[in-house]
Amino acid sequence: MKVGLFVTCLVDLMRPRIGFAALRLLQAAGCEVVVPTTQTCCGQPAYNSGDRRAARLLAEKLIAEFESCDHVVAPSGSCAGMIRMHYPDLFADDPAWLERAAALGARTHELSDFLATVARLDKVPGAFAGTVTYHDACSGLRELGVKAQPRALLAKMPGVRLVEMDGAEECCGFGGAFAVKFGDISARLAEKKCDNLRASGADAVVLSDLGCMLSIEGKLRRMGDEKTRVLHIAEILSGEA
Amino acid sequence: MLVRSMHFKARAGAAAADRVLQGKLATAKGLFVDGRRRAVAEIDLEATRDASQTIRSRAVADLDLWLERFEQEATRRGGQVLWARDGAEICRLVTEIARRHDVKKAIKSKSMLSEEAGLNAALEAAGVQPVETDLGEYILQINDNEPPSHIIAPVIHKTKEEVADLFARVHGKPRKTEIGEMTREAREMLRQHFLSADMGISGGNFLVAETGSVALVTNEGNGRMVTTLPRVHVVITGVEKVIPTLEDLATLMRILPRSATGQSISNYFSVLTGVKRPEDTDGPEHLYFILVDNGRVGLLGSEFQDMLRCIRCAACMNHCPVYQTVGGHAYGWVYPGPMGAVLTPLFVGIENALDLPHAATMCNQCSVVCPVKIPLPDLMRKLREQQVARSLRPWGERAALRLWAWLARHPTLYAFAAKLGVRYLNWLAEGGDRIRVMGVAPSWTAGRDFPAPEGRTFRELYSERK
Ligand code: SF4
Repeated sequence: MKVGLFVTCLVDLMRPRIGFAALRLLQAAGCEVVVPTTQTCCGQPAYNSGDRRAARLLAEKLIAEFESCDHVVAPSGSCAGMIRMHYPDLFADDPAWLERAAALGARTHELSDFLATVARLDKVPGAFAGTVTYHDACSGLRELGVKAQPRALLAKMPGVRLVEMDGAEECCGFGGAFAVKFGDISARLAEKKCDNLRASGADAVVLSDLGCMLSIEGKLRRMGDEKTRVLHIAEILSGEA
Repeated sequence: MLVRSMHFKARAGAAAADRVLQGKLATAKGLFVDGRRRAVAEIDLEATRDASQTIRSRAVADLDLWLERFEQEATRRGGQVLWARDGAEICRLVTEIARRHDVKKAIKSKSMLSEEAGLNAALEAAGVQPVETDLGEYILQINDNEPPSHIIAPVIHKTKEEVADLFARVHGKPRKTEIGEMTREAREMLRQHFLSADMGISGGNFLVAETGSVALVTNEGNGRMVTTLPRVHVVITGVEKVIPTLEDLATLMRILPRSATGQSISNYFSVLTGVKRPEDTDGPEHLYFILVDNGRVGLLGSEFQDMLRCIRCAACMNHCPVYQTVGGHAYGWVYPGPMGAVLTPLFVGIENALDLPHAATMCNQCSVVCPVKIPLPDLMRKLREQQVARSLRPWGERAALRLWAWLARHPTLYAFAAKLGVRYLNWLAEGGDRIRVMGVAPSWTAGRDFPAPEGRTFRELYSERK
């Protein structure tokens, strides 16, 4: 099974170790992993800013780069959601591209979803001792139905105790450009999220989107919480944590 | 109503710091969100949403047909159907009706169209005293005609204490603090008006084409009195509210109160048909329907047609993280929350509400709960596209986006820029794991830190490893 790893622009810039963790996990699941080196961004920032033309050009680029793969996997529900749920919309007026976009979209997955439901990863390589809580990122949850998958994978780790926080499904306030356009509202939402996750008593919050990670970690540290760890699902599963 | 939507950013910023307001919104959120969750568990939610979506989209698709049918049936039963293009026409028609029937006082139950039109001011100018009888709307009216902040709970932004102070001041009676007592006091004040009014003005949740009826969903008895006691009843509602049959009404009623307030059925549900007949004990002698366009007809056949399905349940705002943080007033017009972020620009002009379609994290919570499955985030995105197409975005934003999009299509240059960007951020972090002040995005670091990047990009490390 040939799997294309779409690293995502934020992982590339901010947390390369998450990209490598995802790579190792996919290999551990028995996949042949390719990482196209010309990849950049899925185009979501342009799409959500209302620039369809730019979004479409980036979508064409990504489709061409990954088309030869059996599956595309991204360590982000929001980027996977963009490709799977929104690329077809970008090509609504172009049947040839629409077909290619829809075909690739159907084979595109968020990492934990892919590991749990497609690759059926049985033995999770990582080890972690402590209590964690899982933050359901919006796109993964509400566009792709990622809810049970990461929890099922965490349950395979003997040292991990999973507790649910209040409002696990509520937005952390990131929202891409929203976090900068409306910084005050965004920070307030991040604060609510941090209050909830701290009240859960977990040592770490696990999540699967870099945007949420930046928002939540940034807010925790500003609140003076140096202790609660913010981990990507790939980090904890691969043993990077 | 005056449009203040251009000031969203400033007003929302102030509201985001208002912990008292958020406390009130959190209480309401608890009631509505938890209530809805319990109530929708009683039905096959997804099947009912599908059915409701189908009913509403079919009705909207053949709107002219159903409106014609409604007009025939309503007229046959003694009603008179009038059409208003905009708010000014609503005001003109209502004041004309008032003059024709020599009306001095009009009692009102909730009508959002009346808010769109600013009807109360027009009635006063025409010498007719308008009296709001919905408790929430009454509170707003006696508080100097304050605008509502929620479409079904208009005073959600007020505490009990604030209302107690207001009542004591305006009613001139000893201050009461118990909600039951306060409600009783308001009822006493309103009773005289119920008995002396010549005209009742109501909104309408649905218009039923096959019978020419209007359906009203309320939780206070006031709606019944407004529509049956006075000689004249005027229904004001949007043209999109028509549905074909009573059967459709039954389906929609399974989902509307559940989505709105978490009730299996509202306290009062009236289907009003025709004028008072000789054998009837109550009902109006004169019945008017003012069916309003005010921007709705223009949405037919456009990429925003889906929005016309809206049944005004407010579930989208009750579940919206942004609404819960800033409340309804920040949105600057009649409709707040996600549905307002779509409707307001469409009704008052995209250029007059530039922030609203951007005031969303795209968390998609609204469209997941919407009983008629309106893809609200998609519609907000389409409004953003229109802003770009009409060059309504700030110059700096457009330039930055264009540069980034161009770089992203040139991998070698992009890799170089990414490398520089990461080095720059690390320099800002001064060797630490976080950036406390970031010049390019000061609004981010005003409220939280920005975690520092690891140091090198994935692509750098990956190419070395290979
Ligand atoms: S958009 Fe949907 S959820 Fe919002 S008020 Fe309308 S029907 Fe209700």
